[in-house]
Amino acid sequence: MRFMMLMYPGAKAETGHPPDAKIVAAMMKYNEELAKAGVLLALDGLHASAKGARITVRGGKRDVVDGPFTEAKELVGGYWMIQVKSRDEAIAWASRIPLGEDEMVELRQVYELTDFPPDVQQLAEPLARR
Amino acid sequence: MTTARGAIEAVYRIEAPRLIAGLTRFVRDVGLAEELAQDALVIALERWPRDGVPDNPGAWLMTTAKHRAIDRARRAKLAVRKHEELAADLPDAIEPRDPDDDVGDDLLRLMLVACHPVLSTEARVALTLRLLGGLTTEEIARAFLVPEPTIAQRIVRAKRTLAEAKVPFEVPRGADRFARIASVLEVIYLVFNEGYTATSGDAWLRRELCDDALRLGRILAELAPGEAEVHGLVALMELQASRLPARLGPGGEPILLLEQNRARWDHLLIQRGLISLARAESIAVGRGRYAIEAAIAACHARARTAEATEWPRIAALYASLAMVVPSPVVELNRAVALGMALGPAAGLEVVDQLVESHALDGYHLLPAVRGDLLVKLGRLAEAKLELERAAALTRNARERDLLLARAAACG
Repeated sequence: MRFMMLMYPGAKAETGHPPDAKIVAAMMKYNEELAKAGVLLALDGLHASAKGARITVRGGKRDVVDGPFTEAKELVGGYWMIQVKSRDEAIAWASRIPLGEDEMVELRQVYELTDFPPDVQQLAEPLARR
Repeated sequence: MTTARGAIEAVYRIEAPRLIAGLTRFVRDVGLAEELAQDALVIALERWPRDGVPDNPGAWLMTTAKHRAIDRARRAKLAVRKHEELAADLPDAIEPRDPDDDVGDDLLRLMLVACHPVLSTEARVALTLRLLGGLTTEEIARAFLVPEPTIAQRIVRAKRTLAEAKVPFEVPRGADRFARIASVLEVIYLVFNEGYTATSGDAWLRRELCDDALRLGRILAELAPGEAEVHGLVALMELQASRLPARLGPGGEPILLLEQNRARWDHLLIQRGLISLARAESIAVGRGRYAIEAAIAACHARARTAEATEWPRIAALYASLAMVVPSPVVELNRAVALGMALGPAAGLEVVDQLVESHALDGYHLLPAVRGDLLVKLGRLAEAKLELERAAALTRNARERDLLLARAAACG
């Protein structure tokens, strides 16, 4: 099973300052541990929201709003994609992420085709072939 | 959803390979090392719910298991009244090891031992999945469609064989090192194929063997980053696994590579496969079989449509593969690629040589490929005969139906 571990670094990630060397070192050690255990598929860190944008639909109209976004606490700062054998294993790995005060990791299971009922899988087929 | 027991067992599964590896180095016996690791798990199940999970669970489990080892040795020695002797040994026994020997080396040693040539292939597979893949005996039994006691016995015997043969816990050097790593690669690829070609039993469960093999391959790639063939095998498995979501139709029928919906391929795995292949090719002086097979898989992965496949390159890669692992099946694949690259007549020429050599007599794909090439050449009467011959030879009912339908279409 695949899980995405989403990192919510809190307000400080929005300042644009790189995190201090100690935290970076701990994170690198953790990433290395994931790779050595053969569970890491992908990981990335995200720039501050000032470099991003949000696209929404209001009243049938598409709206593009440039960052930064105000609710800094609710912003994703990065993610890992891991392949594990159970939800418990995913939790065990997520629990080892070096976290600071006010930081949060959210664990989400990734959909795989077999997670859908057969009728939905069949519906998806002609769409994907188009 | 999460129980304390489940959480602790998950931590144990993460730590077990390194734990068993470190303990094997300590007690020089794989079987005993595994028992000690499980003793430590039992103690953790008792204490962690009360005291909380320690900050470094791996180190905690290792220390606990080592103390168990000393307790056991002490008891055994007491029985033969050699307590004093052992007591003198004790202080050294839990000293930190030589800093040059890191945990990774122990893990590589454990992999090499589990795949040691004194063991049968079946035993290597079971032991590797158990000690390094973290699978239970029951899981291995279900995946391989074998009764659980059979697997349990296989593992017990394998451990005994290793102990009796006094297999050293080491990474050999030079040519020996490569041969031993090749044995690990063979075991990993066998596990992968067991899942990849799963057509019977609980197919979904067996499919998990692909993930187990990929995990073992990725671990090995970290342990032996200088070995081109390790990266070659990882690349091959990542690229093949990327096609898993597209390989079966809604009714469970197999879909051939060229007819697969490429939008369904797993592009994350394709990227990983291409990176591993580049790594293999940056190391290798002479290419190994896995890297070549991965390069063939990469040709398919890179092609946006079936029509865009680089067949001349694939034909050339099969020619290189035939030099490394000469085999009539490889030659047949080369014939298919040549048929696509240069036209059916070129493919047929190679196939006819194979027919004359009798090397593939009884192999249904030989007449199937020949029939396909004859259809393309418009020689329908001959094609019909070949396709019918192929249908009579295959053991797969779905494939037989498909071949007979094609034969019937020849008129």
